[in-house]
Amino acid sequence: MPDMLSWPMIIGLMVKQFWPVWAALVVTFVVSIRFKRRLGLYGKLFDSPVGMVGFAIVMFWVFTAVFAPMIQTLPPLDQFGSAKNPLPGAPTPDGSPYPFFLLGGDHLARDVFSRMVAGARQVLIIAPAATTFAFLVGITLGLPAGYFGGKLDTGLSFLANLVLAFPVILLFYLLVTPEIRNTGIPIYLAAVLFIFPVIFCVVLLNGRYRTNPPRRNLYVGVTLVFGLWAYSGLAFNMDPLGVWGMEPNLLNVFVSVVFVNAPTVFRIVRGIVMDIKSRDYVAAGQTRGETPSYIMMWEILPNARGPLIVDFCLRIGYTTILLGTLGFFGLGVSPESPDWGSTINAGRKILSMVPHPAVVPALALMSLVLGLNLLADGLREESLKD
Amino acid sequence: MLIFVLRRLGVMALTALVLTFVVFYLTNLQPNLEKLARSEGSVRMTEESVKVWLAENGFAKPVVYRYGEWLGVVPGWTHTDEKGTTRGRCIPQGSDPAEAATYCGVLQGNWGFSTVFKNPVLDEVAGKLGATGWLMMWVMIVMVPTSLIIGIIAGMREGSRTDRVLSTFSIASTATPEYVSGVILVALLASPMTGLSPLLNEWGVIGSKTLFQGSATSAMDDITFWNFFLPVMTIALYGIGYIARMTRASMTEVMTQQYIRTARLKGVRFRDVVIRHALRNALIAPFTVIMLQFPWLLNGVVVAESLFNYKGFGWTLVTAAGNNDIDMLLGCSVVAVIVVLVTQLISDIGYVFLNPRIRLS
Repeated sequence: MPDMLSWPMIIGLMVKQFWPVWAALVVTFVVSIRFKRRLGLYGKLFDSPVGMVGFAIVMFWVFTAVFAPMIQTLPPLDQFGSAKNPLPGAPTPDGSPYPFFLLGGDHLARDVFSRMVAGARQVLIIAPAATTFAFLVGITLGLPAGYFGGKLDTGLSFLANLVLAFPVILLFYLLVTPEIRNTGIPIYLAAVLFIFPVIFCVVLLNGRYRTNPPRRNLYVGVTLVFGLWAYSGLAFNMDPLGVWGMEPNLLNVFVSVVFVNAPTVFRIVRGIVMDIKSRDYVAAGQTRGETPSYIMMWEILPNARGPLIVDFCLRIGYTTILLGTLGFFGLGVSPESPDWGSTINAGRKILSMVPHPAVVPALALMSLVLGLNLLADGLREESLKD
Repeated sequence: MLIFVLRRLGVMALTALVLTFVVFYLTNLQPNLEKLARSEGSVRMTEESVKVWLAENGFAKPVVYRYGEWLGVVPGWTHTDEKGTTRGRCIPQGSDPAEAATYCGVLQGNWGFSTVFKNPVLDEVAGKLGATGWLMMWVMIVMVPTSLIIGIIAGMREGSRTDRVLSTFSIASTATPEYVSGVILVALLASPMTGLSPLLNEWGVIGSKTLFQGSATSAMDDITFWNFFLPVMTIALYGIGYIARMTRASMTEVMTQQYIRTARLKGVRFRDVVIRHALRNALIAPFTVIMLQFPWLLNGVVVAESLFNYKGFGWTLVTAAGNNDIDMLLGCSVVAVIVVLVTQLISDIGYVFLNPRIRLS
C-alpha cells in the first residue's frame, strides 16, 4: 500500500489531472489575444487585467465542467473502502481506479476531488440556464412595462415588488419541498415562466421580418414548432419524442431560481428602457411608422446590451450562490448529487473535526463567483470606455 | 409628504396581505395538512380518518375562508362532536365555549400554537427574535462602519493603489456567501485539527483546543467575544463588500462634482474636502443600501444560525419548515415580511429626507 501523499505532491498531481483545462485555457487565450481587435466587446476584455483574471477563472471552471469525466480520478458517486473521511492524500483501497484520495474523502468515503469536479458540471449547467431564462422573462416583461408605462407598468411593477419583498429563504422553503410536487404548483409556475422565451423569440423575429411575409412565416413557424416542442417537454414533461425533459426535482429547483431572479431583471430592464425611450433614434423609428415591438426589440434592446451583459455575469454568480443556499439547506436536486451546495451541507456536520469535505466545494464555489464578479467588473470598465 | 407616506403605507398593507396569503396558501397545501393530521392524530390513519380529522379540526373549509379566520376577520370554526363537547379555533382547551370570542386571528393577537415547540407562536417568536436581535446588532456594529470606511477610502482617490486593493477585497467578499465564509472561518479558527488553533495551542498562546468556539449555543445565555465572533463575521462579511462597493461608487461620483473642484481650488485641505464636502453627499446612497440590506441579512441570519446552532429566529424558521409546523412558519413569515416592508419604507422616506434635491409631488 502506498504512503500518504505530501501537500506539494497532491498539488502536483492535481495540476497534472487538470491538463485538458490548461490546454484549453492556453488555446482560448492565445487565439483571443491574437484577434482581440476584431472581437468587439469580448476582445476589449483582454485590455483589462481584472477582466482577464475573471475570464480565466470562469473559463477554468467551464472547461472543468466540459472535461469533467477526464479530470475526475474516481467515480464521484461510488464509495471506496470503509474508512470515514480519509485525509487528503490518503491511499485508496487496492483495486481502485486511482491510488489516492487527492483531496480526501467524505463521510461515505467518496472522493472529494472527483465530486468537486463533477459538481462543477452540475452548477455550470443549471446556473447559466436558469439565469438565461430569468433574463428572457425579465426582458419580455420589462420592455413593454418601460415602453408603454401606465396601468401595465403599475401592475407588473407591483407583482415584481411582491416577489422581491418575499424573503428568499422562506420562498425556497415553501417552494422546494417534496410535498409541493404532488400539488402541481411547480408545473404551473414552469408553464407560465417557460412560455416567455418562446414569446420573446417570436416577437423578435416577427418585428424584424414583418415586411417580408414569406420569410417571416418561415422563421416564426420554425421558432414556434421548435419552441413549443421544447416547452411541452420542459414544462409538462410531455415531449412526444422524449428529447426534452427535466427531473421533477430539478424542475422545482430551476423554477424557483428563475422565479426569484426574474423580477430583479424586470426592474433593471424597465429602468433602462425608460431612459432610452426618450432618445432620438427611438423617435425616428416611431416617425418611420415602426411597430412598438420592432422599436423595443431592435432599437432599444441592442442599445441596452451593455448593462445587461454586465448584470448577466453578476447574476450567474448570484444564481450559483442561490443554488448553493438551496443545497446547504438540503433542498437541492438530490441528496446524492455532487453539486457544491449539497456537498457543503453534507460536510458541515463534522466541520470542526474534518474540514476538507466542506472546505473544498466552498472554495470552488467562492472562486467561481469571484471570477464572475471580476469578469463583470472588467466588462463594465471596458464597455464604459466607448 | 403626508400623502406620499400614506400611499406608501397603503401599498405596503396590500403587499403584506397578498404575501401572507401566498404563505398561508403554500403552507396549507393538502399534502401538508395530511401530514399534520398524521402527526397530530395518529401515523396509521387511513385516508378516510384523515379526512374526518381535518373536517373536525376546521381544515375542511376553503382556503380563503381559513385565511380570513387566521387573519381574524372571519369567525373562527367550531365543532361539536357526538358527546356534545364543543371545540373551536377560539376556544382554549378546557374553557367554556359560550365565553369564547368569535374572532381570533393574528389581528387579535392569536398567532396559533407551535406543534414543535409546544408553545404559543407569539411567545416563541418574540423570544427567538430577542436572540436574533443581539446577533443583528453586533453584525450592524461590525458591518456598517467597516464597509463605509472601506468604501470612502477607496472612492476618495479613484484608481489609486489603495482603491485597487480595497475594491478587490470588496469583490472577493461579495463572492463569499455566508455558508462559504462560515465553513472557511470555522476550518481556520475553530477547528482543533486544522487552521490556526492547533498551532496556537502548541505554542501555548491559548489554553483551550480552539481559538474561537465553533458553536454559538452558549451565546444564548452569555455572549462573549469567543462564541459570537464567528457568526457575526460570517454574516457581516458578505454585506461588507456590497455596501463598500455602493459607497465607493457614490463617493467617486461625488468627488467629480463641481463643488469639490471649487473647494480644492480654494485651497481647502484634501482631508477637509472629503470630510466636510464629499462625505455628507456620498452617504445618501449607502443609507438606502444599508436599509435594503436587512432582508439579505435575514438570509444570512438563517444560514449562520443553522451553521453555528444559535437558536434564534432563523433557526426557528428552519426547524418549523422542516417539521411542518404550519402556525410557527406563518408567524415567522409575518415577521419576515414586516421586516422587509418596514425597511423598504424607511429607506424610501429616509432617502427623500436626506436628499433635498428630491421634491415630492
